[in-house]
Amino acid sequence: MTILNEPAYLISRREAIRRVSALLGGVALVGGTAMFTGCRDTPRVNTAAFTPFTPDDIAYLDEIAETILPETKTPGAKAARTGAFMALMVTDSYGADDQKIFRAGMRALDDASRKANNVSFVAATPAQRLVLLESLDKEQKTHSDARDAEKRKAKSDAYLPDQRKENASTTTDVSAAASITKDTPAHYFRMMKELALLGYFSSEIGMTKAQQYVESPGRYEPCIPYTPGDRAWAGHA
Amino acid sequence: MGATTPNSRERRGTVQSVEYDAIVVGSGISGGWAAKELTEKGLRVLLLERGRNVEHIKDYVSATKAPWEYAHRGGRTKSMEELYPVLKRDYPLNEKNLAFWVNEQESPYTESRRFDWFRGYQVGGKSLMWGRQSYRWSDLDFNANAKEGVAVDWPLRYADLAPWYDKVEKHAGISGSHEGLEQLPDGQFQPAMPLNCGEELVAGKVSKQFGGKRKIIPGRVANATQKLDGRNACQYRNACWLGCPYGAYFSTQSSTLPAAAKTGKLTLKPFSIVSEVLFDKNAKRATGVRVMDAVSEQVTDYKAKIIFLCASTLNSTWLLMRSATDMWPGGLGSSSGELGHNLMDHHFRAGAEGTLEGLDDKTTYGRRPNGFYIPRYRNLFGDKRDYLRGFGYQGSAGRQGWSRAVAELGVGGAFKDEMSLPGTWTVGATGFGEMLPNHANMISLDQNKKDKWGMPVLRIDCATGPNEAAMRKDMLHDMAEMLEAAGVKKVKINDDTYFPGMGIHEMGTARMGRDPKTSVLNSHNQVWDAPNVFVTDGSGMVSSACVNPSLTYMAMTARAADFAVSELNKRNL
Repeated sequence: MTILNEPAYLISRREAIRRVSALLGGVALVGGTAMFTGCRDTPRVNTAAFTPFTPDDIAYLDEIAETILPETKTPGAKAARTGAFMALMVTDSYGADDQKIFRAGMRALDDASRKANNVSFVAATPAQRLVLLESLDKEQKTHSDARDAEKRKAKSDAYLPDQRKENASTTTDVSAAASITKDTPAHYFRMMKELALLGYFSSEIGMTKAQQYVESPGRYEPCIPYTPGDRAWAGHA
Repeated sequence: MGATTPNSRERRGTVQSVEYDAIVVGSGISGGWAAKELTEKGLRVLLLERGRNVEHIKDYVSATKAPWEYAHRGGRTKSMEELYPVLKRDYPLNEKNLAFWVNEQESPYTESRRFDWFRGYQVGGKSLMWGRQSYRWSDLDFNANAKEGVAVDWPLRYADLAPWYDKVEKHAGISGSHEGLEQLPDGQFQPAMPLNCGEELVAGKVSKQFGGKRKIIPGRVANATQKLDGRNACQYRNACWLGCPYGAYFSTQSSTLPAAAKTGKLTLKPFSIVSEVLFDKNAKRATGVRVMDAVSEQVTDYKAKIIFLCASTLNSTWLLMRSATDMWPGGLGSSSGELGHNLMDHHFRAGAEGTLEGLDDKTTYGRRPNGFYIPRYRNLFGDKRDYLRGFGYQGSAGRQGWSRAVAELGVGGAFKDEMSLPGTWTVGATGFGEMLPNHANMISLDQNKKDKWGMPVLRIDCATGPNEAAMRKDMLHDMAEMLEAAGVKKVKINDDTYFPGMGIHEMGTARMGRDPKTSVLNSHNQVWDAPNVFVTDGSGMVSSACVNPSLTYMAMTARAADFAVSELNKRNL
């Protein structure tokens, strides 16, 4: 085969659905940009408006992530450098509004730590941090479920039978968050939790230690015994 | 081997002295097949591709990268969203294979109504990133228009294509199971990728509950499960869309290009944008094509006896619209008034999912790049709905991964350790529905907007209609009904917004037919107005069926190439 023109041009040019979720293993993140499947139009952002995250910010985010996903039998989020990943994603992928919420959330959490324990979040003990985040997690869960329910309500589902409507909603008591509408922004701790989970489980440590990763499995076995305790399969592309 | 290098001293518009037997425009699924078939029949072929070359394996730069090596772990950034305003509307915008998707800044288009046009401009085209689901169409599809008085009749039937399906399946490597279904004919399959235990469980119950009328079968997929012509079998990485280092799935690079190259008759020319097909009014034949070099913008004419347009559904029609405009203002092939019309896609993103109980002691090994398929059962064999045609489903079952943690309450060590284990089994599917041809769904030239190379861009005006809306209700309900019948819990309907184009199954705009007054191409994909020009990609489709179309493009291209060479030998072209 003769290939015409090729070499001269190539050098300077170098650089699934999620159709069905299980095929591509994608996940739509609610906070900030819907990373894998989103269609949301984010306004053009002047990122210069935000001060870049400092090493101290990253250390703080590392502690948040480590509290959510601490070292157990497997390494924790800090070892997987999850704080730096969170900062990068907020900077590169979040729209201006979500960036504001995230950054204000960092301050709010620190304030809450000082109020509860008279120390910053970073200076608090792991047990103190966990108490704070458990409470925040409940708050964000109520917020997020109510928001999701409002979003679903806004969609035309007139022909869903009642049973399926119920399945589509959530088990959380959404009346506790009556002021929430479909346009209410995401809760900052939902953002933090999502980014910590994504950052950790898609890191080398998260994929090879917390989960099992085989680059080229070589075969497909459609039905084998599962031994309790065996780790989940990590995806590839 | 091949031809000489174009002479850089030649000036714009100079006629190239080299004449080929055939020119193929576009190197994706259809163009690769045209190049293979024509060279193997002894023709000297010039294969033109508007984008860069992508060399098999060597240029799959992401294929062997570990998932954690990407700064954003495969996700998207604001700057990517700004550069890719169309791609960002769905899953294709990602960090891993971005280089395979069209540069939207260079190649914009105009939307009268929203149409998501996802393109791949490089050697191999979208064959590098395609979903690989490969199904034969049946006479239920080819007869439908005539039977219902919709649009025009297909000028061919299943029997015309069957031997060509045989041929292309063997070479492409399609894995699948033999099912004996009239609406989804069996083929020359490699062993199927099996259903997993969750899918088997649902399949058994659905078959029983619906008296065998609804069947869940393994997806038929263009991934070789056994070695084939120098290609390795699938290694179950499920990273196909990065390019496969094993050559296990069908792409131009893994399959048709090496076959064409082996003949010594092929010349591949990347960075070659065909600006128009050159037409001789007196002879009523095309004489060649005018090519603009995508980098230098130098223009060169190439001559050939026959021309195959395989530039992709909308792009082949776009090229016809720019050709022979001195004779037909609407372009080559426009005499019927149908060029640009009857644009179709498959509507999808409507289905259901739920959780499976009783399988917590079971799991799978490997990442299967495939799922299950439910062949069409609506409006068939006595079933009658308030809409025409039907839909199939594509889905899969599997155990949940860590992403379930996002919506669950929990922080801390126990939570982390639990989320590191496989979750519950879930199963889900989305319908892929037939979209009726409609003259009002059309493309045209937008003279007010030009692409980077000064060509008027396409304006797309397309929408689904009442037939698709009525069908969608069944697509939602039927899946939920099947899952419930199979004992699946927490069944939830997924009714996601669909816009035309999202299926990336765009078809039509230069339809085949029996009458030059109402169609653009004849039964052999010849342009009625220029018999030595063949269009063998999705442009020629007369209806959309509900099954994935690419395998049919392969078969149709091989058939048209055979016909073209026999006509050439008879001196009819």
